[in-house]
Amino acid sequence: MDIYRAHVLCCGGTGCTSSGSAQIIERFEQKIKEAGLEKEVKVVRTGCFGLCEAGPVVIVYPEGTFYSRVKVEDVDEIVSEHLLKGRHVQHLVYTDHATHEQNANKGLQDINFYKHQKRVALRNCGVIDPENIDEYLAFDGYKALEKALTSMTREQVIDEILKSGLRGRGGGGFPTGLKWKFTYSSQADQKYVACNADEGDPGAFMDRSVLEGDPHCVLEAMAIAGYAIGASEGYIYVRAEYPIAVKRLEIAIAQAHEYGLLGENIFGTGFNFDIKIRLGAGAFVCGEETALMRSIEGKRGEPTPRPPFPAVKGLFGKPTMLNNVETYANVAQIILKGADWFASMGTEKSKGTKVFALGGKINNTGLVEVPMGTPLRTIIYDIGGGIPNGKKFKAVQTGGPSGGCLPAELLDTPVDYDNLIAAGSMMGSGGMIVMDEDNCMVDIARFFLDFTVDESCGKCTPCRVGTRRMLEILERIVNGKGEEGDIERLEELANTIKSTALCGLGQTAPNPVLSTLKFFRSEYEAHIREKRCPAHHCRALLHYVINPDLCRGCTACTRVCPVEAISGELRKPHQIDTSKCLKCGACAEKCKFHAITRE
Amino acid sequence: MKSMAELEAIRKKTLERINLRREDESDNVRVVVGMATCGIAAGARPVMLKFMEEINKREMSNVTVSQTGCIGMCRLEPMVDVYMPGKEKVTYVHMTPEKVGRVVAEHIVNGRPVTEFTIGAAEE
Repeated sequence: MDIYRAHVLCCGGTGCTSSGSAQIIERFEQKIKEAGLEKEVKVVRTGCFGLCEAGPVVIVYPEGTFYSRVKVEDVDEIVSEHLLKGRHVQHLVYTDHATHEQNANKGLQDINFYKHQKRVALRNCGVIDPENIDEYLAFDGYKALEKALTSMTREQVIDEILKSGLRGRGGGGFPTGLKWKFTYSSQADQKYVACNADEGDPGAFMDRSVLEGDPHCVLEAMAIAGYAIGASEGYIYVRAEYPIAVKRLEIAIAQAHEYGLLGENIFGTGFNFDIKIRLGAGAFVCGEETALMRSIEGKRGEPTPRPPFPAVKGLFGKPTMLNNVETYANVAQIILKGADWFASMGTEKSKGTKVFALGGKINNTGLVEVPMGTPLRTIIYDIGGGIPNGKKFKAVQTGGPSGGCLPAELLDTPVDYDNLIAAGSMMGSGGMIVMDEDNCMVDIARFFLDFTVDESCGKCTPCRVGTRRMLEILERIVNGKGEEGDIERLEELANTIKSTALCGLGQTAPNPVLSTLKFFRSEYEAHIREKRCPAHHCRALLHYVINPDLCRGCTACTRVCPVEAISGELRKPHQIDTSKCLKCGACAEKCKFHAITRE
Repeated sequence: MKSMAELEAIRKKTLERINLRREDESDNVRVVVGMATCGIAAGARPVMLKFMEEINKREMSNVTVSQTGCIGMCRLEPMVDVYMPGKEKVTYVHMTPEKVGRVVAEHIVNGRPVTEFTIGAAEE
């Protein structure tokens, strides 16, 4: 093992990979070899750095120079300038959205995006090579397992998790320690530990990033859990749509076996533990715990009524403890640093940190981890860099299809489990989609309901039929055919589904509608009564007009219109024939004088 | 199968190797080699490689070796700056691989700059 004078860290997460980081890594290796630097400079493929907006991301240490949006062509310059001559390539250095600052010698911690973050679950993401167990070990990897197995009783481990106040990060927010305790108390000849990595919320990618960037931390936590509850087998249920995560998990499991950190007689203590991977086939409902366990058993992924809870009767009819990826990502740190350390972060009832996937109308799309209780405003403006193109913030959607939309008035809400529920949304798994003035809230509700209707497993009537009826009403409204009484019908259906659906997904499916009705009721009313979309978004309710004062008659619009709906003489104001217009918006995009608007 | 002691050894060894990725650099010693065209032509690369070899050999995890461009005194190349925490920068000039051993042993390990190799001595 040699010391290199420089490390080139290149993000190998899904986001950066899809914008070409694999080719960039290849090019780096090739160019470094050509320059004769292969003994001095090491290229490392890491997990996600979080700032996906700026991807593909490359960081060169020891300087810590942060290069963003690197292209394959840029690699030659970084090698010949930075790596060979020691001069950073200024035009590729990351520029801060808010301050327009570009500083090559600033560490990651000085960048606004990272300054307000506290990385616990993501501590190793973007820092270590996830395919190399030694690098995980170097940052105190498997020390918590060692500590638990050699110096703690099973009860002490559970007690530590209980005291830390850790709650399930998958959405429900159930106290993790209690879950461990219940499974521990169940008597059986065989128990199981399971990990829910079936991340299905639109726009959420927290679990994927943990698995891609730090797979060993999940394996270690599952082994600790196995020891605590008395299980010798674990299952990771991960969606097949995450090929990089699956591959890295497989590599990690093989490496852990090789080092004797999984398998038989771990650390010579007589404790056996092994982990198997099961792939999900893309059904959203399989993220629900009872459906997930049926799917692992090889049956059709459908929820079953609870009780019995998995802690009593779960996988193969045996007591099973199922936690989410992010929950596990916190466990080793709690065992190592203690429950008090963990409980010192966060709010009274929500301890620790939470990872959010920031998306939608926001400058810094990416993955952020903040202490519980951080106000929405800090996450969206200080870390997320605010709304692009000078638009106005309208709402933020948290909790995916089970959550709700919160308006600007609630921007100062400290984010934790209870505050979000009180505000009419929920934490969910951590998706956070930001919307600006151009988003129609009725259409957003329709979008999420469209998703749940698609993904309903069909087992119970309220979810199978009820959500479809709701979707039909919403489609009617956005198409300008809404009727008086539709809002009341939506509310009645929503409340019925909420109280009668079989599983959590069905019970929460009406939330996007209820929360938008609560905060943006006037938008529904405008659609129904005035046949008008206040955000100028719903196609059926808007038309394009040319402002004759601004139009110069350049004919640019007539040339792009696919249906020849625009007419007029050269250098004289044009008109749009609304009966022909398809509302594609091509003319408005082309017009240099901003003369074409939606009304 | 690895024992706990073996795991601890891997931890230590790997940490040395990836230590330069740490953000907190309070106790870090930086060796900066001038590697513009003038530096490279004067033989800066063997000097830098020698530094890395010495640091590797002594398993010094708090030392990073990096490069910089030309600072304008091309006639004094190869030049090397050593930054010790809390101390003023020391600049060595006309460096050769042979001189590196003494700089590492006397300056970086024991904190006594090798005065006769510094820019001050060369200018006299």
